[in-house]
Amino acid sequence: MAQRVAVVGFGQTHHKSNRGDVTGIELINEAVRRALEDAELGPGDIDAVVIGNMDHFENINLADMWGVEGTGGYLKPVMKLTTGGTTGTTVAIAGYYHVASSLFDVVLAVGWEKNSESDTTGGTITAFDPVWERFSFPGALPGLALDAVVYMQKYGVTEKDGARVAVRDRANAARNPYAHLRDPITVDDVLRSPMLSYPIKLLDICPRSDGAAALILAGEEKARKICRQPAWIWSVSVCHNYTYTSDVNFGYLDTLEQACRETYKKAGIKDPGKEIDVIEMYQPCSFAGLSWLEAMGFCGPGEAPGLLWDGATDAGGDLPVNPSGGVLNANPIGATGTIRVGEVARQIQGRAGACQVPEVKTGLATGFGGCYWSDVLLLGNRPR
Amino acid sequence: MTDFQSGVEPMVYSGRIRMPYQWSAGETGSRFFTQLRDYGRIWGSRCRVCDLVFVPPRKVCGRCLNGIGEWIELPPAGVLQTFTVVYRHRPAIHPADPPFAYGIIRLDGADSGLIHLLGEIEPGEIVSGLRVQAVLKEKRERRGDILDIKYFKPFSA
Repeated sequence: MAQRVAVVGFGQTHHKSNRGDVTGIELINEAVRRALEDAELGPGDIDAVVIGNMDHFENINLADMWGVEGTGGYLKPVMKLTTGGTTGTTVAIAGYYHVASSLFDVVLAVGWEKNSESDTTGGTITAFDPVWERFSFPGALPGLALDAVVYMQKYGVTEKDGARVAVRDRANAARNPYAHLRDPITVDDVLRSPMLSYPIKLLDICPRSDGAAALILAGEEKARKICRQPAWIWSVSVCHNYTYTSDVNFGYLDTLEQACRETYKKAGIKDPGKEIDVIEMYQPCSFAGLSWLEAMGFCGPGEAPGLLWDGATDAGGDLPVNPSGGVLNANPIGATGTIRVGEVARQIQGRAGACQVPEVKTGLATGFGGCYWSDVLLLGNRPR
Repeated sequence: MTDFQSGVEPMVYSGRIRMPYQWSAGETGSRFFTQLRDYGRIWGSRCRVCDLVFVPPRKVCGRCLNGIGEWIELPPAGVLQTFTVVYRHRPAIHPADPPFAYGIIRLDGADSGLIHLLGEIEPGEIVSGLRVQAVLKEKRERRGDILDIKYFKPFSA
């Protein structure tokens, strides 16, 4: 019954701090129409819709109902999924499950967020245990700080190492017309930016953006008809962990390690550093761009700063990370993971414009959310 | 109609949803909080199958899904696993004004962490691995919630 699945269309909005010119429905629709145009399909070609966002950020709870005029989901099966930061990869993975099952042939997966409409930190806090943890929990940012502190202390990693990650991603974002932040920055700019939650400073952390992204996923036969170069999904993995923040193994993202290990195994990847050509990772802060690369198996513990300073992860390096500019430069949360998948698909199709890195046959997209869980999708230029 | 979308006055509608909630601590959590309030004692629960001691105490072990019936009293001291110092916050719902520090403490004898505030220490002196101890509120001030522990401070014998 199962069939191979490919990304055959992708569309995203121009992400900004405030898209006051459109409602959420209209924002969703921009991305959906771009994805349909990209695949040269109409709404009638879509068999099912998966949509996701973070409910509490806009306080409109039924995006599956409310968003129908944006998605074109009228009289179609529509399913809303929300899994925190991973929402954007969850909709992609759920779309993949729909098509892989052979119950649907062409599925639209949409992630969106209008962070400008409420308080992102206030919304994030509602995800955490009200009796035991909420009193202390100042949103997503200090949780990332807890992770960075352990990693830095263990391997002698410095704030300057983190800054270099932010500089790389901003240089890439300058080439991406859809990115929210595009002005180049220096290591000094990062180090001098205001301290928010030690060791994370303003330029170490992702922004809050308004934006939407949509993927069109198709089964093997349809994909070949729709698209000259489909971006084939080779394998996906999802790995969740704990109820309480206080149980997370800070300093090492073991859910990402596990999800990557499973993903590589399913696709027969033995040496990810040699076999994977580009990475679009859900990197919410600069320091995550170091230790998480280790969890993904691209280098040993404590070795990521070496790779970084050697330029290996730059757009022109051997292991380009976030050639789109990544999450540090556009973060419409429900769409953030969807964008990772779409950007990898574009790289594989050779259609990433000024962000294109050479000779991409395989690419890895990741999602990150909540109490430190991970989603991973591996894509390639031929069916596998 | 070509200029239909130019020079539009943007209309924005403000709202505020204030919903009352009542979150139950459950019988297992309530036992922890009443012991803390009435006697200033900290109890964990132990899964005999996995040989793990949990604080916050669990009714059911999340690993093997067996029920936990065994209580273990823990000392009010442990090791700081990690921390951060918060310099800015929005919205202002936190129990302290910035800068304030908090971290994850593994109490001696526990296999899980407890998240709490850090006090009586300068931000620049905090490191993971620091031994810390709980500072409780005076008994008459205790209400049976997690802030009956005011914060954790550097351990002094």
